[in-house]
Amino acid sequence: MMSISDDHHDHDHGGSDLSPIALRVRALESVLVEKGYVDPQALDAIIDTYQTKVGPRNGARVIARAWSDPAYLQRLRENATAAIAELGFSGRQGEHMVVVENTPRQHNLVVCTLCSCYPWSVLGLPPVWYKSAPYRSKAVIDPRGVLADFGVSLPADTAIRVWDSTAEIRYLVVPMRPAGTEGWDEAGLAALVTRDSMIGAGLPLSAEPAP
Amino acid sequence: MNGVHDLGGSMGFGPVRPEEDEPLFHAAWEPRALALTLACGALGEWSIDTSRHARESLAPVFYLSASYYEIWIEGLTRLLEGRGMVGAEEMAVGHAVTPAKPTRRPPPAAEAIPAMIARGGPCDRPVPQAPLFSVGDSVRTRNLHPAGHTRLPRYARDKNGTVERIQGSFVFPDSNAHDGGENPQWVYCVTFTGKELWGEQADPSLSVSLDCWESYVERP
Repeated sequence: MMSISDDHHDHDHGGSDLSPIALRVRALESVLVEKGYVDPQALDAIIDTYQTKVGPRNGARVIARAWSDPAYLQRLRENATAAIAELGFSGRQGEHMVVVENTPRQHNLVVCTLCSCYPWSVLGLPPVWYKSAPYRSKAVIDPRGVLADFGVSLPADTAIRVWDSTAEIRYLVVPMRPAGTEGWDEAGLAALVTRDSMIGAGLPLSAEPAP
Repeated sequence: MNGVHDLGGSMGFGPVRPEEDEPLFHAAWEPRALALTLACGALGEWSIDTSRHARESLAPVFYLSASYYEIWIEGLTRLLEGRGMVGAEEMAVGHAVTPAKPTRRPPPAAEAIPAMIARGGPCDRPVPQAPLFSVGDSVRTRNLHPAGHTRLPRYARDKNGTVERIQGSFVFPDSNAHDGGENPQWVYCVTFTGKELWGEQADPSLSVSLDCWESYVERP
């Protein structure tokens, strides 16, 4: 991929074979660190947060709790931000959470057509496809086509509601609890909750392993 | 602005291509791009609305051909250069040439990062007046085409919908992106039928909900 400022790459970066964008990011980081605008250890701490602490397993715990505890589900419906914070998940790009529940009558799909808004506090960083032009363009006009791209087919009489994240509200889909999971504990249930099922682009894993 | 970032309903981009076992990052520079963007945002020199506008203002051909982290880096560079915090010459040589400018907030230290991320940047703000609309009201989105930042996508302008919930009152991005103040407004979740948005050929099972600031909608 070309940078829009390729004329800036004729300088010495130590003779590396880095791509133009890699060189550009390295130049930017060097300038910002030298000028004292950023602390390199703070950069590492940010990266560590999203590599090890904030990711879709957070959301899976929320869903497993919602499937297991009707009182918790009710709190999620009434104030999702506070209910999610009960499990220790809060903050950046999850400041204003709303949950939307899948039922046999309605399937929910979340998109951001204008940029890449996504509930980081429960799902971590968005996947490339979520930020891509194909998804952002198609989700609001042809959601069944999008689901087909994910190998998902829903009954024709299931309504589809698409949530375009145009403001600071971040949506988390509560998928339907898979059949055959009666009596499962929350850890077992959480293992069935995929990231894509919490966006609405997929379904949870089934209780029975595929033959 | 009527930019290429406003993708809803556009055609010709092909299928969505989910990756099997997608890595969190696809190149070593991507986590640095993420961290630089968040760390610079913490300096308080611009709002999230300003940074979104910087990205959507990039050249259309670049926007559609770049990866999202490339878009972030170019948007960030523009913000830094536009405020005189980083010069084009510095980007060219990869070293500081001029002294740093004072920033509204100091750079966060590593120890402050977990709390900073856990706190986030809530943008709900109280407003003195009651909401103009109630749940269940029919509303029509205005036919707005501002030259600056807006969060009302083109596909949902001049359309009839129903207020589904009142989300609260929030910073108004259309002014805040341009240093015009937070000017908070009520935000409504408005639901539109597929047919209202896409006409007779729409999927009859489709409805779409958007969060709309009060000034985006009017009584039909």
